Amino acid sequence: MNIRVYKDKITARLMGVIAFLSCLILVLIIAGLYYRSRPVLELKPFLELLTSGSWHPLRQEFGFYPFIMGSLWVTGVAIIMAIPLCLLTSIYLSEYAPGYLREWIKPLIDLLAGIPSVIYGVWGVLVIVPLIKDTIAPRVGSFSSGYCVLSGGVVLGIMICPIIIHVSLEVFRAVPRELREASLSLGATRWQTIKQVVLRKARPGIMAAIVLGLSRAFGETMAVLMVVGNVPRAPGSLLDAAYPLPALIANNYGEMLSVPLYDSALMLACFILLLVVLLFNIVARIVLIRIERQM
Amino acid sequence: MDRRRIEENIFKGLMIVSTIALCLILVLIVAAITFKGLPSMRLSMITQTPKGGFYLGKEGGILNAILGSIYLAGGATILALFLALPVVLYLNLYARRNGSIVRLVRFCLDVLWGIPSIVYGAFGFTIMLFFGLRASLLGGIITVALLILPIMCRAMDEVFSMVPRGLLEASYAVGATRWETALKVVVRQGLPGMITAVLIAFGRGIGDAASVIFTAGFSDAVPNSLFRPAATLPLAIFFQLGTPFPQVQNRAYASAFILTMIILFISITTRIVSRKYTRHIIK
Repeated sequence: MNIRVYKDKITARLMGVIAFLSCLILVLIIAGLYYRSRPVLELKPFLELLTSGSWHPLRQEFGFYPFIMGSLWVTGVAIIMAIPLCLLTSIYLSEYAPGYLREWIKPLIDLLAGIPSVIYGVWGVLVIVPLIKDTIAPRVGSFSSGYCVLSGGVVLGIMICPIIIHVSLEVFRAVPRELREASLSLGATRWQTIKQVVLRKARPGIMAAIVLGLSRAFGETMAVLMVVGNVPRAPGSLLDAAYPLPALIANNYGEMLSVPLYDSALMLACFILLLVVLLFNIVARIVLIRIERQM
Repeated sequence: MDRRRIEENIFKGLMIVSTIALCLILVLIVAAITFKGLPSMRLSMITQTPKGGFYLGKEGGILNAILGSIYLAGGATILALFLALPVVLYLNLYARRNGSIVRLVRFCLDVLWGIPSIVYGAFGFTIMLFFGLRASLLGGIITVALLILPIMCRAMDEVFSMVPRGLLEASYAVGATRWETALKVVVRQGLPGMITAVLIAFGRGIGDAASVIFTAGFSDAVPNSLFRPAATLPLAIFFQLGTPFPQVQNRAYASAFILTMIILFISITTRIVSRKYTRHIIK
């Protein structure tokens, strides 16, 4: 056989194997984390671990409830903040803004996406925390150190904007031009067209974009860790400190090997995080793939 | 003016406000970091490693973290490139177009892209325990490579799928094999896009903290071996900010300024490269 053909056959095999291996990473991550978290799961049933509020690693009590609530609170604030901001911006960029403006703003949003989370954290400490401590908390008549759910949520809300906008813009672009033109030719204004045609058609895709943002917020570690206070108690208000799951994992890596089962509990926290994020991502991706196929 | 127009104008106003707000936030972040970090910038910050008592406010700099981050992100980028290039070539040249394998691999990469970096960190840590590795530069490189692999694949996939079909067919028509087409046509045509992808991945690697916290460790010395722990810039910022001394905290802001400048530099270079080299491409 010709050596060139031979080379081609070998590389084809090799590349196929590497592509397959890259998929295998996903399976390996799930299996690896499950394997590491099994000792704790054998100690207590999964549901009890999720709903118990007592976190005393030295007494081998691992209740994840405060951390799950912390994650939910912070993610909730972030998404409530990000949705209007992102929707308005992406509608403006896709429907109203002239081409040159879009070409200017898109790189800026990419830049926002490229800023490391630790920088967002430093910014939160510098700007958001004092703002909440000195201005917002006294105004609502309560006290807060500034390191609280609200500051975590605000910082996260900004961090997830680029991804939501990016996906939303793709979704809007997938809405056929003819639909808009049909609506406009019936005498609808541009805003009416957006409200009743474009947004309706784009709804599943926008939901997917929001879910992707949600999962990004749920797993974000460094920025949240720096501004959220890290008190292992379920927060009761926006101005309470919280302790989300990723912060728990990152904060305790140092001592986790010196306390029995502690590392296993932290890996279980990782595993829970992974399951939630996987679920969100798979659902969102399936929706987005459907939309892409319609194009 | 009728109600429809008023409503439209209100919403249009809101949209413009939110767009401006987003751009303004970017400016505010960079400005806040600069104003706070610049006054504490010293030349010693980037030319010296930490001396004894650095985290108590004594002399020294963060050269260990800057070099550590560059080694780590550089190594991870090279490793990820060697994995990503075959995957992307396979997807675009070898596998059947839009076949079920291609769709499965793309789906997996998309899902991997969404996994948070702390999970990669924990997974990297699990691998290291399995192989008996200590927290080291090598552990960090492997973990960060896994983290940036999907980012790089997606960026390069987008570029390679844009290579005109006719160009490939022309190459096949003169008798080239798929491998020769891949090397001499697709890679050359996609080179600017590849450079962009590599820079994006490098930027992500240099800025990520959560994945290296378990795996790379931290050290005051510049790493001189793959098996030594390595300091990273984001972690250096985090640790300095965590100390109770204002002087050290100010250095954290200066370090944050350095990291921001590195990231901005990479982003802008990415833009220039992709603009400059796309001119030499067959459209």
